Amino acid sequence: MADEDIYAKLTPIFRDVFDDDELMVHSLLTADDVPEWDSVSHVRLVLTVERAFGTRFAASELGALGNVGDFVSLIKRHSQHT
Amino acid sequence: MTRHLYAELSWLPRPPEDFGRQCRAATEQYDGVGARIQQLARYALGTNQLVRLAKVLDRAKEAGASVAPLIPFRLGLLANGVTDVIVRALRAGAARHGIDLECVSAGYDQIMQAALSPDSEINRSRLDAVLIAIDYRALPLPITPGDSDAARDTVARWHQALSAIRDGVRANNDVPCIFQTLAPPPEGLFGHYDRRLPGTARHVIDGINQMIVEQVAAPSDLLLDVAALAETVGLAEWHSPAQWNMAKLPFADEFVPLYTDHVARLIGALRGKSRKCLVLDLDNTLWGGVIGDDGVDGIRVAQGDPVGEAFLTVQRLALALQQRGIVLAVSSKNNDDVARMPFRQHQDMLLREEHIAVFQANWEDKARNLRAIAETLSFGLDALVLLDDNPAERALIRRELPQVAVPELPDDPALYGRTLAAAGYFEALQFSAEDRKRADFYRDNARRINLREQATDLAGYLASLQMEITFRSFDSAGRARVAQLINKSNQFNLTTRRYSEAEVAALEQDENCFTLQVRLTDTFGDNGMISVVICRRQDRETWEIDTWLMSCRVLGRGVEDAMLGELLRAARVDGVARLIGVYRPTERNGMVRDHYANLGFGEIDRRADGTTYWELATDAVARDRPIRVRREYRQLAAAPA
Repeated sequence: MADEDIYAKLTPIFRDVFDDDELMVHSLLTADDVPEWDSVSHVRLVLTVERAFGTRFAASELGALGNVGDFVSLIKRHSQHT
Repeated sequence: MTRHLYAELSWLPRPPEDFGRQCRAATEQYDGVGARIQQLARYALGTNQLVRLAKVLDRAKEAGASVAPLIPFRLGLLANGVTDVIVRALRAGAARHGIDLECVSAGYDQIMQAALSPDSEINRSRLDAVLIAIDYRALPLPITPGDSDAARDTVARWHQALSAIRDGVRANNDVPCIFQTLAPPPEGLFGHYDRRLPGTARHVIDGINQMIVEQVAAPSDLLLDVAALAETVGLAEWHSPAQWNMAKLPFADEFVPLYTDHVARLIGALRGKSRKCLVLDLDNTLWGGVIGDDGVDGIRVAQGDPVGEAFLTVQRLALALQQRGIVLAVSSKNNDDVARMPFRQHQDMLLREEHIAVFQANWEDKARNLRAIAETLSFGLDALVLLDDNPAERALIRRELPQVAVPELPDDPALYGRTLAAAGYFEALQFSAEDRKRADFYRDNARRINLREQATDLAGYLASLQMEITFRSFDSAGRARVAQLINKSNQFNLTTRRYSEAEVAALEQDENCFTLQVRLTDTFGDNGMISVVICRRQDRETWEIDTWLMSCRVLGRGVEDAMLGELLRAARVDGVARLIGVYRPTERNGMVRDHYANLGFGEIDRRADGTTYWELATDAVARDRPIRVRREYRQLAAAPA
């Protein structure tokens, strides 16, 4: 799956979970940049992304994420298996 | 396939594209915010959307706005795994059922302390119910295959713990406890042998669930049967160890909307929000095809016909609901006589006219019909559910009458029944003989109203009622009811003389009294005992009517004439020449002041306090009424010479 397709799918999810219709989703985005991004909404983000992309992430994979770019790479790896 | 029915709450309409924007707009001004929140809750909301809607509710409450018509409910939560998200989802889901829910949670892993300590927030708060949401991780659950004693101990320890929790809660808040059953594990250790072997996880959990139902839950407590819910969606889907590890989610996140809707249904039921009436469309809902076009022979409702079977499933469910007390009505765009044809003529139909309390088949718009149905039954619109295959009609009713529940239906009619059942509109907290009869009562009552509107001449109307009156002497079987009527009747009561049950019993044996207990049935059903008469022999030639009372339910039917006819007949047999009637006025019985005059008695005396005495010779003839008479009473012994 191409990066821009992943971002296209991620953007509405981010906007929904963090309740911000103007949020721009890019590779360097982290939790520090988004006021509503706390541990609870992080869980919601992961679960929603899992459902949207039809995959499950292992705890170890999630622990290694630094920013959205890392997340997109992870999603890409998972989507290659389908 | 059907897992989606539950996970997606498929009976609810999909939320609009701009749901987020509508949430933000909901609190732009606070007038009517409660109704807007409830309207937004009526969609099939995912977890994120429920959380978002809960924020709208938060904003409204923080601003001190009223959220009417949502009614407040404070729920205590004793849970070992109800996350913050579930709490928020619960609050949004409750709005769907008209409830403004506030939750008071015990801290994670603080269940016992919160229940037992009078100082805990749970015990200090004024609550309306407490949800004890525990799963198999809440308490030690040793798996001891083959060791029945250990297994029994485990169940006993859970019993002790849950009872302690309940008693702790009850000591501080005398409110219902909602107990959850445990979802068993999806796989066994021994394969199919697990359920038979004491000490396996499945066997122990079966035991714990049975113990909860039979021993812990008091009659005033509620059961949230999570075991059943988990089994319905599939235990393999329900349990999610990965999500527990990640975020202490007690069950798979995709079932949060389902779980919260089920909790909300119970809370709604506690507040009387369970629906009472199922309104059925006809064409392509109860049968395949259009009766007006296809005729009785053309509609598909036969057994053995796969299309017909699908609709029979709906009928079967409707009939079962009717038998448990849910009122059935019909609302269809058809000519009335055409719409009734399948009910009357088609041999495979399971539903018949007698099951339908209100039958509205006409060319009016459906919203009008639903309003008429609600009015006829004296129900609020929020007691109604409309089952209709036509998406345009569904949308119309959702727009015009948002309080009516209108389930979304899939394309395949074979799933209509399942969808209606999954929607859970008729959540029950108990079931009694009274509930069983409730649908019949509404049906009988409504049909009397309908019939009166159609009949234009009184004689025709009375004849159409096919009334049958049964006269019996006082007896032990009827004693309690006779005494009840004697002591409760105030309006249609000529003398308002009160007798205790013991005195009524004595009258059964009194040789100088002629007594009548009177029952009336008609084409709609049995009205039960509707009148009581006591005549006392004054002398050889005279009976005085000591007591004559009647239920106001059967006024205007000529029952009094039939009764007079009977009194005259019995008096003549006894050799009595005249009947004396007495009217003693009270504040409440003005309606019978002219009762004896109307029956042809002549006034013979009038006292200062308004009491009147009346007389009628026993060779008089009462007015003829179309009422069949049955008699089962004893005559008086011959009067002493």
